[in-house]
Amino acid sequence: MDEKIIEIQHVSKSFGDKNVLRDINLYVKKGEFITLLGPSGCGKTTLLRMIAGFLQPDEGAILMDGKDITGIPPHLRQLNTVFQRYALFPHLDVYDNIAFGLKLKKTPEDEIDKKVRKVLKLVSMSDYEDRDVESLSGGQQQRIAIARAIVNQPQILLLDEPLAALDLKMRKDMQIELKEMHRKLGITFIYVTHDQEEALTLSDTIVVMNEGRIQQIGTPIDIYNEPVNCFVADFIGESNILKGRMLHDRRVAFIKHEFDCVDEGFGEDVPVDVVVRPEDIYFTTDPAKCQFRAKVNSCTFKGVHYEMWVDTDTGYELMIQDYDPYPVGTEVMLYIDPDDIQVMKKERVANVFEARVTGAGKVSFLDTEFACDTEGFAEGDTVQATVSFEKVDLLDHEETADLTGHVSVILYMGDHYHLTVKTETGENIWVDTNDIWDKGDFVGIKILPEDIRLSKPAAQHE
Amino acid sequence: MKKILAKAYLWLILLVLYLPIVFIAVFSFTEAKSLGNWTGFSLNLYKNLFTGSMQNSAGLISAVENTLLIALVASLIATLLGTVAAIGIFNLKGRKKQTMQFLNNIPMINPDIITGVSLFLLFVFLHVSQGYLTVILAHITFCTPYVVLNVLPKLSQMNPNIYEAALDLGATPFQALRKVLVPTLRPGMVSGFILSFTMSLDDFAVTFFTRGTIGLDTLSTFIYTDARKGGLTPELKPLMTIIFLVILAVLLFINVRSTKTKTN
Amino acid sequence: MNKRSSWALPYFIFLVLFVVVPLVLIVVYALQDASGHFSFSNITKFFTDKDALSTFALSIEVALENTALCILIGYPVAYILADKSLNRSAVTVVLFILPMWVNALMRTLATAELFTMAGITLGKGTLLFGMCYDYLPFMIYPIYNQLAKMDKSYAEAAEDLGAKPLQVFTKVTLPLSMPGVVSGVMMVFMPTVSTFAISEFLTNNKIKLFGTIIQENINNSMWNYGAALSLVMLVIIGITTFLQGKDSREAAEGGAI
Repeated sequence: MDEKIIEIQHVSKSFGDKNVLRDINLYVKKGEFITLLGPSGCGKTTLLRMIAGFLQPDEGAILMDGKDITGIPPHLRQLNTVFQRYALFPHLDVYDNIAFGLKLKKTPEDEIDKKVRKVLKLVSMSDYEDRDVESLSGGQQQRIAIARAIVNQPQILLLDEPLAALDLKMRKDMQIELKEMHRKLGITFIYVTHDQEEALTLSDTIVVMNEGRIQQIGTPIDIYNEPVNCFVADFIGESNILKGRMLHDRRVAFIKHEFDCVDEGFGEDVPVDVVVRPEDIYFTTDPAKCQFRAKVNSCTFKGVHYEMWVDTDTGYELMIQDYDPYPVGTEVMLYIDPDDIQVMKKERVANVFEARVTGAGKVSFLDTEFACDTEGFAEGDTVQATVSFEKVDLLDHEETADLTGHVSVILYMGDHYHLTVKTETGENIWVDTNDIWDKGDFVGIKILPEDIRLSKPAAQHE
Repeated sequence: MKKILAKAYLWLILLVLYLPIVFIAVFSFTEAKSLGNWTGFSLNLYKNLFTGSMQNSAGLISAVENTLLIALVASLIATLLGTVAAIGIFNLKGRKKQTMQFLNNIPMINPDIITGVSLFLLFVFLHVSQGYLTVILAHITFCTPYVVLNVLPKLSQMNPNIYEAALDLGATPFQALRKVLVPTLRPGMVSGFILSFTMSLDDFAVTFFTRGTIGLDTLSTFIYTDARKGGLTPELKPLMTIIFLVILAVLLFINVRSTKTKTN
Repeated sequence: MNKRSSWALPYFIFLVLFVVVPLVLIVVYALQDASGHFSFSNITKFFTDKDALSTFALSIEVALENTALCILIGYPVAYILADKSLNRSAVTVVLFILPMWVNALMRTLATAELFTMAGITLGKGTLLFGMCYDYLPFMIYPIYNQLAKMDKSYAEAAEDLGAKPLQVFTKVTLPLSMPGVVSGVMMVFMPTVSTFAISEFLTNNKIKLFGTIIQENINNSMWNYGAALSLVMLVIIGITTFLQGKDSREAAEGGAI
């Protein structure tokens, strides 16, 4: 079972000057259901299309059963794809669609017949063989698309967002069927989706991707309970993501309170990020259990549970999910189990740019020239410019801005927003702000001279 | 009331549109030489047409043959060229695509006479002796844009993954083209072909300028010369009647069949 | 898929050879005298040739009148055909296009003969009628296409916002159908200016249109002057196409049946 059927080694790909995949390393075990999960544009579909053979990597290799298949065209690969919008052949009926691959292989007529009927039964579409594919509903077309792929008995089935076009109810039903089909067929499924719930439901292994990089690989439970960074925590499920400080092993401070936790090895007095899932914050009436107090500021029924936002006594806002509602305005006592606090190493504590001193009092980074104190550096020096997250000003116009960009990621950190802003040249700058922006907003970026600190490039922050 | 008025208007216009055609048909059943002269019912013109026993019979028959041959060859080549071109244009981007679309529009915007005169000058300039070849080339020139325009929408409606799906299922690129791409584009190719065929059949001006002096006649130029001479070959009347009835039958058949398959 | 773009190459070469080069040749021949030297003589000849100028003016006039007539008669036809409550049969649409399959010259001859029988003298009146008869389907079809694919909810939205039926038409339907009208105009106006055989038949050679003098010049081996006259037409085509813009071309697309 632990045999590697697919190995992806140092694969990179760019379209024009856009890096879609950067040094991807991944292996897929035989028979597993693996999901590539990420927001649109993260490179997941590109990776799938490379495995299928529709795209060639710029660098790196793709191995199947230990053999390099990088240059092999799609029609010679032992795998089949279920396409996003099914891609059934409109000029062929259901039967001929499914028989397409077998006929190309010159399979005897009676064998084709037997196989087609068998897969039709497997996808619960018997009696539909003479139907025109365009007369079928979305769900039915989906089943035929799956049947058309698996009738060829591929070793691997690639599925590119196969359920994206279906309505919610249908999607839930198909999820169960896909899982069942995977069990019955015993072949490897490589599944692409942007739907985290789908990924958690279906997969043995989830590969979370963002901006062309793998963020985390793990079982659904690992990924949910122990996200490695803010992106994964935010993307998978609901979470409270907060700035914290690791005081020492098993003791962390956030929302201006101290908590016991189970994490070790971060060092002492180290800034960290903390994730607490909203269902892991408990109400209590026992003052002895209470770790902090808060006031309910909104309460919404969500079908199974209630979603409440509370203001803590220290001025932070947290989301809590519970089966019992607490009316708005209620003073509540809360606690969090040590197990439920996920501490993550900070990816960065400030913006750090490679910069060049372009003159006295002038420095250039992000393709822009900034004024700042260059005391101790000479013109032409390569330096490191550090700007705190909260010292970057975002403006809604570009007149007085140093440069411009678009808001690409927004994280709510309990008392402020942590934004990722992509500049026009495609570089990221991270900003802490209390202002409310929307994803995609056009912003002017301004950094004051006194907020840029220069240092020697060797002085890496560690 | 509104409906009756609308219907009445439609039928009135149709009546006017069909009057000349009915007129030709009616007078095909009499023997008189000139068009509007009734000399009693007779099937002689039909008999003459089929037995070929009329003056200038060879000229008329070869004109019919030429018309059909030129239309068939030109629209077949136009369909092939136009389909390949449409696939190419569909995959082009930016300026190149715009240029191709602009160039493709020129023959459609140009009136026949400009197409005819300009091609005439080309053949004169290149010292190509004019005849079948030049007429067919000219017809391909004004037919192909319509094929391109009919195939392009089929390409954009097509699920872009369809070609890849065929490759994925084990088809070689050529098999994928033949078994998936061409059948998907077929409706556009067929309507492009029919449109080309029709326009080629009906063309007069372009043929007139590119046929040269070897005495090559299509039905249009034959009628033109005939009419200029004063006396229209009377057997043209039954011929036109038959052509009209055949086309009417074919179109009605296609429409009845397509409405039937739609309701099924 | 990217390599597929090279499939446009053969057609590109074809278009250059059979469309671009011939059009350039019109300009070249127009700017040469009979001995092949560069000269504006053909152009100046046109602008001093009273006959040619008046023919040209008449052709434009007839073309304008014919186009207007085609819109006036054809628009209601297209409107009725596209309105599902008034016309549900696809066959009716086909009936309007069907005459195009019968040889145009033959139909024109029959029309002329009908006029003679009815005792109407062939002249400008019969010319206009016959032209309109010949080109009407070219006006109906693009307008019909445009109207048929129009989303009904636009009209409903206008009604919902309080527009009376006539206002719905003038404020919503008509403006939205303009691309169809424009491409109809393109398909009627220029061909009318340049037609030759049809006008000869319909007026018994009494009225010459611009197409006829081009044809006469070319046929009498006066290629350079013929080319100059064609160039005049090309300029007009250029102007009308430029004015028309890009928006209406789609309306001319679509199937034959």
